[in-house]
Amino acid sequence: MSAFKSARRLSLPTTILRHAVLLCTGALILAPFVWMVSLSIKPASEIFRVSFSFWPERFYGIENYTKALTEVPLPRYMGNGVLVCAIILVLQILVCTPCAYVLAKLRFPGRDLLFSMVLIGLLLPHQVLSLPLFILSYQLDILNTYAALIFPYVISPFGIFLFRQFFKTIPDDVVHAARLDGLSELAIVWRIMLPMALPALIAFSIFSVVGHWNDLFWPLIAVRDQSLMPPPLGIMVFKNEEAGNDYGPLMAASTLVVMPLIIAFLAAQKWFVEGMTGGAVK
Amino acid sequence: MSEPLCLSGVRVEHSAIGGARRAQIPATPPARAPAVAQTLVAWGLAGPAVFFLLVLFLLPVTGVFVIALSDWQFGARSLSFVGFANFREVFVDAGFRASLLNSVVYVLIVVPGSVILGLMIAVLIESGRSLRSFYRAIHFLPFMATLAAMAIAWEALLHPTIGFVNQALAVIGLPTANWLRDENTALPVLAIIGIWQNLGYAMVLFLAGLKSIPQDLYDAADVDGADLWLDRLCIVTLPMLGPVSMFVVIVVAVRAFEPFDAVKVLTQGGPGHASEMLLYTLYRESFEYLRTGFGAAVAVVFLAIVVTLTLVQARIMGNRVHYQ
Repeated sequence: MSAFKSARRLSLPTTILRHAVLLCTGALILAPFVWMVSLSIKPASEIFRVSFSFWPERFYGIENYTKALTEVPLPRYMGNGVLVCAIILVLQILVCTPCAYVLAKLRFPGRDLLFSMVLIGLLLPHQVLSLPLFILSYQLDILNTYAALIFPYVISPFGIFLFRQFFKTIPDDVVHAARLDGLSELAIVWRIMLPMALPALIAFSIFSVVGHWNDLFWPLIAVRDQSLMPPPLGIMVFKNEEAGNDYGPLMAASTLVVMPLIIAFLAAQKWFVEGMTGGAVK
Repeated sequence: MSEPLCLSGVRVEHSAIGGARRAQIPATPPARAPAVAQTLVAWGLAGPAVFFLLVLFLLPVTGVFVIALSDWQFGARSLSFVGFANFREVFVDAGFRASLLNSVVYVLIVVPGSVILGLMIAVLIESGRSLRSFYRAIHFLPFMATLAAMAIAWEALLHPTIGFVNQALAVIGLPTANWLRDENTALPVLAIIGIWQNLGYAMVLFLAGLKSIPQDLYDAADVDGADLWLDRLCIVTLPMLGPVSMFVVIVVAVRAFEPFDAVKVLTQGGPGHASEMLLYTLYRESFEYLRTGFGAAVAVVFLAIVVTLTLVQARIMGNRVHYQ
């Protein structure tokens, strides 16, 4: 119904103005994406010639994308990204859900202390912790392994917070009924609460996967081997090696790194907006 | 209609406490054994989370303070506390001063830019009925696109000879520049990339705020003769967005203190210190120059800024706006 309240009396000139402004800002926003895709399908000769055309005279996309996929370990980077994001997400759900459940539904001594710990975790920007976490991974002798990429993110205070908020909206009667049916507390968490919290689960999954797929800071510190690099780090190394001479394949690689999240976003826009704004928007 | 700003979560919270209280009333001595059992169950379920919160958050944050206040270096077996020596070193360091100043300048460009553009775009989207999700999707796209990769696209766009920006400027007769290698333009260009990335975030927060404005207010404005779209915008929409705007400003400010990817990929803080910002200084001092004490002190300064902003935000959220 909010769709009607301010739209009701929009006059024709105002409507035209609305579209004109939004199309302009939209075009500016899309410019880097368009330029990236355009360069990714041009041969070097056209890239280095001054021209405004989006579409190349000679389509060179196949060559550029093939080069991006074969001369750099881009499939490996993408695979690393998928693997690391998936393991992080599964571990976060395993660790955070039971904790969120006890915070939302059980009364026990120390609950406020536990919640304070979660809030402190929520408050800390992760980059601040990087030096001690680096030392810790050195002590554990896991630097330059997948474990180093994963272990700092085994727990997400934000995940605990989000699930707790959602679990609180589930009536206590549901929990009581489950107990009367003889379910253990652990079974209640996994078989009752988590399925009911599906919207929170989806929002959190998007938040987590987008955050870790895009992360450059920690991988830069944690791994050196190209074979372990996630996409953002891999593409940065590719760019530094190329030193700007081979724009076509570099842009093709960038396009491929950005593409999975953009496709997912366009397919599930509403969920992404909710997940990426930390549930502030519903 | 008013979910994003409502207090429904709080209401539920009260009823949940009420429910728990009802359950607690018959908790006379015979019920104590289950209470102990429940405590054990609760800490058992939360056990892994408690362990990882301690090891991955509380211990490291303590560690940062210990390193910042001591003379510890990588590989050292012992340390002694040196008070605020590291902080004194940090604050007389020309590089750090430039970095802090650049961060502030960057925030002062990115926050107004993102918030004002985000508000404008949100109001425009909400004022009509057609193509809403299309416009929302386009403007939100940069917020979730991989910034390290998009920075490379920006570099191509800003390339001194083959970049679209300089080509376009040359065509219309305006001066061109080597945007990322010129100390006068490097920071403003990074700030524009920051606005490009964050305005969609501000936009969706404002869209949520707009949806929560009660229809009654628009009806009342109609009765009072506010017929034009602009009248209603000034009388109802903008004043009602006040609290949301405070929230958006602080959330964007926190993000604006944390640019790293674009700095690392595009300028490495240069030329000179022209585009160096706090997180990049933290990274370079800690992990490239291995000046642990210095890096940790920078981390503490950065932490103080972000925590202050977040606490202000929490107060606003608690008092006026309730985002669930």
